[in-house]
Amino acid sequence: MQVPIAHFLVLAAILFSLGVLGVVIRRNAIVIFMSIELMLNSVNLTFLAFSNYLQNVEGQVFVFLVMVVAAAEVAVGLAIIVAIFRIRETVHVDDIKLLKW
Amino acid sequence: MSVETLNVIIALVKIILVVYVAMMVTDLILILAERRISAFIQDRLGPNRVGPQGILQPLADGLKFLLKEEVIPNHVDRFLYLLAPAIILTPALMTFAVVPFGDQITTYIAGHLVTIRFQIADLDVGILYIVAIASLGVYGLVVGGYASNNKYSLLGGLRSSAQMISYELPMGLAIISVVMMTGSLRLQDIVVDQFGMWNIIRQPLAAIIFIVAAFAETNRLPFDLPEAEQELVGGYHTEYSSMKFASFFLAEYTNMITASALIVTLFFGGWHVPFLHQANLPVLWEQIIQILAFVIKTGFFLFFFIWVRWTLPRFRYDQLMNLGWKALLPLGLLNIVITAAVMAL
Amino acid sequence: MVATILFYVFAGLAILGAVMVIAHRNPIYSALSLILTLFALAGIYVLLMAHFIAIVHVAVYAGAIMVLFLFVIMLLNIRIEEKAPGAFRYMILIAAPMVVILFYELATVVFKAFSRAPVKQTNVGSVESIGNALFSQYVLPFEVTSVLLIVAMAGAVYLAKRRLNTVKE
Repeated sequence: MQVPIAHFLVLAAILFSLGVLGVVIRRNAIVIFMSIELMLNSVNLTFLAFSNYLQNVEGQVFVFLVMVVAAAEVAVGLAIIVAIFRIRETVHVDDIKLLKW
Repeated sequence: MSVETLNVIIALVKIILVVYVAMMVTDLILILAERRISAFIQDRLGPNRVGPQGILQPLADGLKFLLKEEVIPNHVDRFLYLLAPAIILTPALMTFAVVPFGDQITTYIAGHLVTIRFQIADLDVGILYIVAIASLGVYGLVVGGYASNNKYSLLGGLRSSAQMISYELPMGLAIISVVMMTGSLRLQDIVVDQFGMWNIIRQPLAAIIFIVAAFAETNRLPFDLPEAEQELVGGYHTEYSSMKFASFFLAEYTNMITASALIVTLFFGGWHVPFLHQANLPVLWEQIIQILAFVIKTGFFLFFFIWVRWTLPRFRYDQLMNLGWKALLPLGLLNIVITAAVMAL
Repeated sequence: MVATILFYVFAGLAILGAVMVIAHRNPIYSALSLILTLFALAGIYVLLMAHFIAIVHVAVYAGAIMVLFLFVIMLLNIRIEEKAPGAFRYMILIAAPMVVILFYELATVVFKAFSRAPVKQTNVGSVESIGNALFSQYVLPFEVTSVLLIVAMAGAVYLAKRRLNTVKE
């Protein structure tokens, strides 16, 4: 196929930027979390593009480890959000920003 | 006509014949078979008025579903409500793309020598593809249950998806044992590896775990609490009517067909017929007999699914979860350890 | 030729899904858009000859992580979110230009360095090569991830458990 590697990397850059934008402007904790997942996925795409370009299997191994860490992080993060929701009855980050009121 | 165009046409023909024609026809046969077999188990006759022995009953059912009034309640989330039946039917049909139902033949078509494999796509990650698509089957239930905006539907949808997720793990472990013995993830290699001895003899524990997990994955009794008529009104499909309701049931039957085909491929030799090679028949006859053998074996397991449904009582939800996490998962791990130990010796 | 068209289709779908994730008010639609993005990315991984990672991506992300997200959103019954209070409502006016600058920097680096190299047909992404690497050279990280998963499981169960008496710290 005739698509240069640069196009894959630019796509990853676009997804990363959109993820950053999501983290900054959204006020719902779960949607912020999803934007972080978007950023992790863009990093995966970058690793795989370079693994193909450099003919190196380490990129693929690292993507595998990134996926495992993302799964663990999502589990613990959502458990924290559920625990906070039980007490504060909301997941709006502006209502949770004070440690004690 | 070039070779590439010919290959594309062959692939399209395979997809249409296998996925659409064969699966849909088998779905219709299953609708009738379920009702007749359940009737015989319950010592009655079942539908036998429409056509000889009730053969046209599925057509009557289909007509009924098409002509029923399509009720879309006011309080549902419209987009998701309409999306859920489509989401649930897609993974059920996609899994069949990698199941091998025969060997390959090499013939002349339109002047080119082509090798037609009786399998739509021979992926080199075949078994993993099935595991991935099976884990996508959860979405139709979750979205359908949520979109109905109804606490019974939501509970039914969440229970059902929790059940499906819990039983994916023992299913994966059983598959790992088989893959360890075969040494390859391709489904065609798994079938070829069973030419000496079928996997049901080499891996009986894995077969039992896989069959039980397949029952739970397809939401069939004894694991069908999420759609239990007596408890949750209708579970996740309470608010659906006519064709969308029919889609949920078609999806369930299609999942059943896929699960039976997988059990046959992984543990019962797939399309292999023992001692067929010594009969020295012409190649075309051998292929046809092998495809027929696959169909008959899958049909037997479909009958087994229906038989178990009308024989065993239903599990309670906590019993179901206990079985999945505390019984099948350790057994699956034990099976992997034993297989590894035996292989190393 | 077909692969080229497929790449641009998948890239368009991925970007569309990403925009809908950050733009939609209802978190359920954000989650479903993220699933669309993940599928498009899986297709792109296949185009990069990373077959094993593509399938594991579908199984792990789309099949498990997003189901977890959907569960939590449905159980917590989160509907439309309210707007940010006070000055934060206009954060997008400051954030959007900065994000555009970030993207411009990344794209510039990429184009100066890798403008011509095409995708190579390789078997670096096949199951055998990844299996060989994971079990010979990278076996320690592989085993450590299993410990990480157990720790994460225990942590998640403990954090989300409902206490029977009142919470005391």
